[in-house]
Amino acid sequence: MRLKPKHISLLVLFVLIVMAPLFFPSGFYYRVGALIFINAIAVTGLVILIGYAGQISLGHAGFVGIGAYSCALAPVHLGISPVFAIALGAALSAGLAWIVGRPILKLHGYYLGVATLGLGILISMVLANEAQWTGGPDGIAVPDLGLRGLLRDWGFRVSAGELWYWLAGAVLIAGAWLALNLFDSPTGRALRALHGSDVAARTMGIDVPRHKLHAFVISAVYASVSGSLLALMNRLVTPDVAGFMHSVHLVTMTVLGGVGSVLGAIFGATILTALPQVLTVFHQYEHMVLGLVMILVMIFMPDGLLPSLLKRFRGRAGK
Amino acid sequence: MTPLLEVANLSIAFGGLRAVDDVSFEVRPGQIVSVIGPNGAGKTTLFNMISGLYRPTQGSVRLVGADVTSAEPHLLARRGLARTFQNLQVFPSMTLLENVMVGHHLQEAGATLPDLFGLPSSRRKTRATAESALSLLARVGLEKAAFREALTMSYGALKRLEIARALALRPKILLLDEPAAGCNAVETEEIDQLITEIASSGVAILLVEHDMKLVMKISSHIIALDHGRKIAEGNPGDVAANPDVIAAYLGQKGQEQVLHADG
Ligand SMILES: Nc1ncnc2c1ncn2[C@@H]1O[C@H](COP(=O)(O)OP(=O)(O)O)[C@@H](O)[C@H]1O
Ligand SMILES: [Mg+2]
Repeated sequence: MRLKPKHISLLVLFVLIVMAPLFFPSGFYYRVGALIFINAIAVTGLVILIGYAGQISLGHAGFVGIGAYSCALAPVHLGISPVFAIALGAALSAGLAWIVGRPILKLHGYYLGVATLGLGILISMVLANEAQWTGGPDGIAVPDLGLRGLLRDWGFRVSAGELWYWLAGAVLIAGAWLALNLFDSPTGRALRALHGSDVAARTMGIDVPRHKLHAFVISAVYASVSGSLLALMNRLVTPDVAGFMHSVHLVTMTVLGGVGSVLGAIFGATILTALPQVLTVFHQYEHMVLGLVMILVMIFMPDGLLPSLLKRFRGRAGK
Repeated sequence: MTPLLEVANLSIAFGGLRAVDDVSFEVRPGQIVSVIGPNGAGKTTLFNMISGLYRPTQGSVRLVGADVTSAEPHLLARRGLARTFQNLQVFPSMTLLENVMVGHHLQEAGATLPDLFGLPSSRRKTRATAESALSLLARVGLEKAAFREALTMSYGALKRLEIARALALRPKILLLDEPAAGCNAVETEEIDQLITEIASSGVAILLVEHDMKLVMKISSHIIALDHGRKIAEGNPGDVAANPDVIAAYLGQKGQEQVLHADG
């Protein structure tokens, strides 16, 4: 059987995730890895929205916030387990995306950017201001997922860092698998078509508003799951997760790595999550260096890092 | 036979400009009806109204007997209307195969979740669609380029790609906006054959084309527009001989061309 691009991407991702710990100088890197995967989950959702469907969102951290705070609040107030809180957060995010998406996705370009920006700010304001529920700007503690205890009962001893590395890695692979399934499916083709030509897509019989909405809802669920995992890993959540800077961060990761490709975007998430950890030496210049990297990539590699590098590599191999 | 497409008193104004003004005509199954007229006569605007992209200020469009004036384009596609574009509207970063696969949307699209989970039903549809798309590409002579991205192809190739993509909808009526523009003599000949073939399979065709030789040869009926108004209508010979048409559009050179085509 010939390997399809989908299977190659998944294989590459799987091998990278499994092999990376061999090169970790210390246990600390498991945490960095987990953080990368958690960001990459949200970014994979944005690949569907921005890369496939061509719709920008500058407010997806809002859904990250909903996922995160669901895991902080639902176990305490509703008495459900954190696992169900993840599902509840995803359902809430999907519901909100569904309701808000209809009117918002009629907008194009900058207008859509500004509207989603507003949505994100609105959510983060609610989280910061409803202090009696959310703890306000100081944040709120998040219950334990309980998986480590369970594993210990079964006789497996893992550090928290290792646990979250493998858990987030597994969820990322699942998320990438879904996104890659979608790419080469009737729905995925419809999304990419309306991205390429809205007019032609409509005359092909594609219900453009419906498909945009589905992409928006799916990407909101990815963001929400990412937020839930982040909260459960950190055992603490502050309103920053829902903030504008986090939204921008996610979009930058998506675009930096290569907006149309799942693997590229995960690459972008890796660089932008790992670089600040490496750059702590520079500390006060960290943001400047990051900004510079982004500008240079966009000028010299407008398709994104991974697609540009692959193209160059293929060009050389072809000669 | 009842008409597939009935256009009645269709008008649209952009600001003060009446781009299409009180135009009526019919197209029956298997007919090739051509719309001719100088640049800016309103041909593309007429197509845009019929296909639901523009909302007419007056008049009506009926498709297979149902009133579809100002209906959404995707609903018109469902009712059997397909079109190509004068200014190409391909999906640039998709392969030619994928472009034509998108034309199968109404046959293959279902719920989103099975596509997300890659269920066998979804993958089966993709396989069947790919097969059908490949044979449509072969029909327009593009099967060798099936896996190239549309943005890498020439204008003439993309014109044919749009025809293949429109055929993928299995339309009852096909609107072609200057399909032979930018094509050489051989390619034009191929497009001529393709259009005749499509029509003989029972599809109604509404054609806008500047190549008069082609128009005179294949049309069963011609409508001449000038400044948005219908100035003549009839079989090719009558329209070509109509003094208003000659004055507005054909000119001396054009008439010679027509006579040449007749001889
Ligand atoms: N969306 C639009 N807004 C304003 N004017 C338009 C629009 N579309 C077409 N027109 C005008 O309508 C007239 C007819 O254009 P068009 O239908 O493209 O002509 P043709 O296809 O016969 O060359 C032209 O004067 C054109 O400028
Ligand atoms: Mg035109």
